[in-house]
Amino acid sequence: MSLERFISDAISPWMKREGPESDIVLSSRVRLARNVQQFVFPIVAQKESAYELIETVEAFLAKEKNEAEAGNLEILMMEKLKPIEKRVLVEKHLISPNLAEQAKYGAVLMNEDESVSIMLNEEDHIRIQCLAPGFQLEEVLHKANEIDDYFEKNVDYAFDEKRGYLTSCPTNVGTGLRASVMMHLPALVLTKKMSRIIPAINQLGLAVRGIYGEGTEAQGNIFQISNQMTLGKSEEDIMEDLASVVMQVIQQERAARKQLQDGLKLQLEDKLYRSLGTLENSRIIQSKEAAKCLSDVRLGIDLEILNGISKMILNELMILTQPGFLQQYAGEVLTPEERDIRRATLIRERIKLENR
Amino acid sequence: MNCEECHEREASLHFTKIINGEKTEFHICEHCAKEKGEFLPGSNSFSIHQLLSGLLHGDGHVPNTPSSNFIPPSLACEKCGMSYYQFAKIGRFGCDHCYKAFDSKLNPIFKRVHGGNTLHAGKIPKRAGSSIQEKKQLQQLKQAMQQYILNEEFEKAAETRDEIRGIENRLQQGRDS
Repeated sequence: MSLERFISDAISPWMKREGPESDIVLSSRVRLARNVQQFVFPIVAQKESAYELIETVEAFLAKEKNEAEAGNLEILMMEKLKPIEKRVLVEKHLISPNLAEQAKYGAVLMNEDESVSIMLNEEDHIRIQCLAPGFQLEEVLHKANEIDDYFEKNVDYAFDEKRGYLTSCPTNVGTGLRASVMMHLPALVLTKKMSRIIPAINQLGLAVRGIYGEGTEAQGNIFQISNQMTLGKSEEDIMEDLASVVMQVIQQERAARKQLQDGLKLQLEDKLYRSLGTLENSRIIQSKEAAKCLSDVRLGIDLEILNGISKMILNELMILTQPGFLQQYAGEVLTPEERDIRRATLIRERIKLENR
Repeated sequence: MNCEECHEREASLHFTKIINGEKTEFHICEHCAKEKGEFLPGSNSFSIHQLLSGLLHGDGHVPNTPSSNFIPPSLACEKCGMSYYQFAKIGRFGCDHCYKAFDSKLNPIFKRVHGGNTLHAGKIPKRAGSSIQEKKQLQQLKQAMQQYILNEEFEKAAETRDEIRGIENRLQQGRDS
């Protein structure tokens, strides 16, 4: 398969659109956790009731196929997928690692542009996830609510007046809402401001995580900010609190970028061009170094220092250079050393596709 | 700072161990961490459920009346069979009824996890929740009426009272039909 074709198939259609504030916010996501009253939760469910849940959902989707707000949903049963196929879905953030590895009777429903994915029998019976490019929290919540209402017409949710939507984990009870925004914050990391910003955001009841890589070290300077509390606040308040913090972080990042450009232009240019050189020339590259260089190149594009390269390159290659995708492209299982070689090749070829 | 094991590479992992008040710090690189195993990120990192489980077991430390802290070993959910001890161990409920079965123990947990909150303030399912929605509205209206009375805005208080009566009548009819 040609690289162009592979990339076009691999990248979710929704990702190819450009959203608001997309120089800093890569994507917005909302997840609603829901359970069906008649069944026990997936952690204690037996095979029969787990399948019954899937059948129930399949039945009402088939019945009302044409009026489904989510469009046509395709169902994938976890047990029928190969490990590498599941891994690719995880790397695209369409399913959770938990659904891929642990859930015994898991399934996922996806719409055509992959902006909606609904996990069944994960930790909760139903987990509705909506994604959009850029900073579009209101839009994704609206979409998730539509799908939620559509499901609710057909099943009785486990809901309690006092506690709200009942979830398996006490950290999700109430709204069952987890909203998150993925942000590229290279200038805040470079100017060492991130270490002060993270505790401040934590104090407001929000979590900040590196989305790739372990712990607080964020690969590719990509951070995810999300709400922690789900009980005692309305969905609108949760979203507003998150959105106002995200707006402030955007402003801080823009200010830090300006500070770098004003004060250290030559040093910055040197750093960014070197990273581009590394990506264009390396023959072996580990994911951490690739992520760092990709982040630099994307910053260079945003600051109009590097020209003739697509903005999409960071989003695209952060996904495609993960182990699952590298192995899918190679069509075989690869050792970590082989992956580093393949990664370098894929990045070089991808950059060659640009008209420079 | 260099790695304390190989003294060559930059230390990228920093650990602080506190055992019985005695504090020790380690600074090592990822390579040596992998060799040592014990420091491998993930191998001894807490999952959210382990953390939660710690909170749930900590139930006894919450200042409360002593009798309410006692958890009888027989405390279990009638629907899915999960005992409170199992719930505390895995940090997850087995079914919707667990919330009722363990209700008396849940407020301290929710308070800690959700910034002091114990009550839902968000979306209510449309179909199942129409009466719940009206009850919530009723509560809000009653609060508003009290406020109007306190502010001596009696005309507004009277309007709100009529609104309350309307909803109460509807709820009553719903129950009778």
